Amino acid sequence: MKDWSIKELSNLLREKKISSVEITTDYLQHIKKKNPEINAFITVDEGRSLDQAKLADQIIQKGEGDVLTGVPIAQKDIFCAEDWLTTCGSKMLHNFIAPYDATVVKKFNEVGAVNLGKTNMDEFAMGSSNETSYFGGVKNPWDLTRVPGGSSGGSAAAIAARMCPGATATDTGGSIRQPASLCGLTGLKPTYGLVSRYGMIAFASSLDQAGPMAKSSEDCAMMMNVMAGFDPKDSTSIDHKKEDYIKNIDQPIEGLKIGLPKEYFAEGLDSDVAKVIEAAIDQYKKLGATIVDVSLPNTNLSIPVYYVLAPAEASSNLSRYDGVRYGHRTSQYDDLMDMYCKTRQEGFGEEVKRRILIGTYVLSAGYYDAYYLKAQQIRHLISEDFKKAFKVCDVIMGPTAPSTAFKANEKIDDPVTMYLQDIYTIATNLAGLPGMSIPAGFVNKLPVGLQIIGNYFDEARMLNVAHQFQKATDWHKAIPEGALS
Amino acid sequence: MSITHDEIKKIAHLARIKITEEEADATLKKLSGILNLIEDMKKVDTTNISPMSHAQSVTQRLRDDVVTETNQREKLQKIAPEVSDGLYIVPQVIE
Repeated sequence: MKDWSIKELSNLLREKKISSVEITTDYLQHIKKKNPEINAFITVDEGRSLDQAKLADQIIQKGEGDVLTGVPIAQKDIFCAEDWLTTCGSKMLHNFIAPYDATVVKKFNEVGAVNLGKTNMDEFAMGSSNETSYFGGVKNPWDLTRVPGGSSGGSAAAIAARMCPGATATDTGGSIRQPASLCGLTGLKPTYGLVSRYGMIAFASSLDQAGPMAKSSEDCAMMMNVMAGFDPKDSTSIDHKKEDYIKNIDQPIEGLKIGLPKEYFAEGLDSDVAKVIEAAIDQYKKLGATIVDVSLPNTNLSIPVYYVLAPAEASSNLSRYDGVRYGHRTSQYDDLMDMYCKTRQEGFGEEVKRRILIGTYVLSAGYYDAYYLKAQQIRHLISEDFKKAFKVCDVIMGPTAPSTAFKANEKIDDPVTMYLQDIYTIATNLAGLPGMSIPAGFVNKLPVGLQIIGNYFDEARMLNVAHQFQKATDWHKAIPEGALS
Repeated sequence: MSITHDEIKKIAHLARIKITEEEADATLKKLSGILNLIEDMKKVDTTNISPMSHAQSVTQRLRDDVVTETNQREKLQKIAPEVSDGLYIVPQVIE
């Protein structure tokens, strides 16, 4: 298998040096070989992918098409894709053939990109290790005894094992950035509202946001050019002017002001991870950036706030799974109530049920003010912290996750420890800000991610800032042992 | 704030999830841990802080009241557990 970037594939296709059918066939064969071990894909449909590739080749032959025409991309199984099994990692949707395309999927189809398959994920995107998937955990290609992170762990492992050059992902509390960090990839969670949520199975609607995951910032920028844009079908989509995320990616970053929040380097951060992050900051100084100290004093509160708001929204969103219109229905029941209760008992996994119960509890009579309202007020304070910080800096940097990839089964029985994985990523979701993770080095042969947080709609600058780092370093080019064979 | 076994059973019913006694006990332990984590919020004075319900201060968009969706009943009901004559079938609720 060749280690292609999206940019290389795009150039080779347009120069007609290789066909989409050839590329797609190579990836499908590599998936066949690697997936039984990694479990990054839930659904692969060779015939359908190759049909798309043939169509793309015809378009390219005519000298038409877009930069991504013929480039194969994997789709996280949270996105509905017409006539594809779309499970969201849950038994509840184990038989759900989506009757329509999510806007993100539609946009990739429209530019002629090839859908390589649907990637594994934590059930309903609830998890930080991919272990909550009904279809089994995903292995981290850097160390098969470890988790790839979550919830977009299937997308991350698929790219790391070179089963695809890029994949879509979603991020409610860190689900793009944390797996990108743990698998040595580049991932971007855009500003809330920039990428359409239509057809993206809802977890916590005020926090959910889709974004690209790939090996480099350039590849993420190419995917963003397709994914971003106003969508009238998403009531919270923002009518932001269409940007070209590639155009200014090569700009020098001299004079860039980087804010370092002291709370992101406090107790809880692995000391070796801290060293890698400090070295990355030094690299940025060499590139002409200046460092400013900032403070995000309410960082520690972001986890409690998130674990009120996200379950509250989830308990409401997941009430749609009732065994009536689609998905799983229990086989034996006495009456309607019994059918609902058994269907949901069987269809949801432990973590999902736990979050539905927390959400139901915090929204129930007598507790609303103490939990839900209070959490919304603190969310406001967290958002204000960022506003203050961005008055004195252009981007904020710090670690993406407190440690490198942990062992499978290490944290799954202790939800609170698992939740702390997202300590540095959750606040940006609460504030609606864009966040990125880029490979910054290794600790004991395991990748470490540097997080870049930008101001609202500052994705072009973040991608530029990430690209300049990747021009000066090789961390993003590292390949897990045996990934190409 | 601690939660009781009976409360777990009550919220499980509100959430329409059947739960066994053993499951309720196991859930009680884990939920208590999570609720302890959430208790940290109590330390913060939020007097006069307005709640933030959304990441962006946007207002609800309106559209013209025109038909935009076509009838796709057959297609959408193809994936339902049980349908008959274009209707979703559930256990009888009215005698």
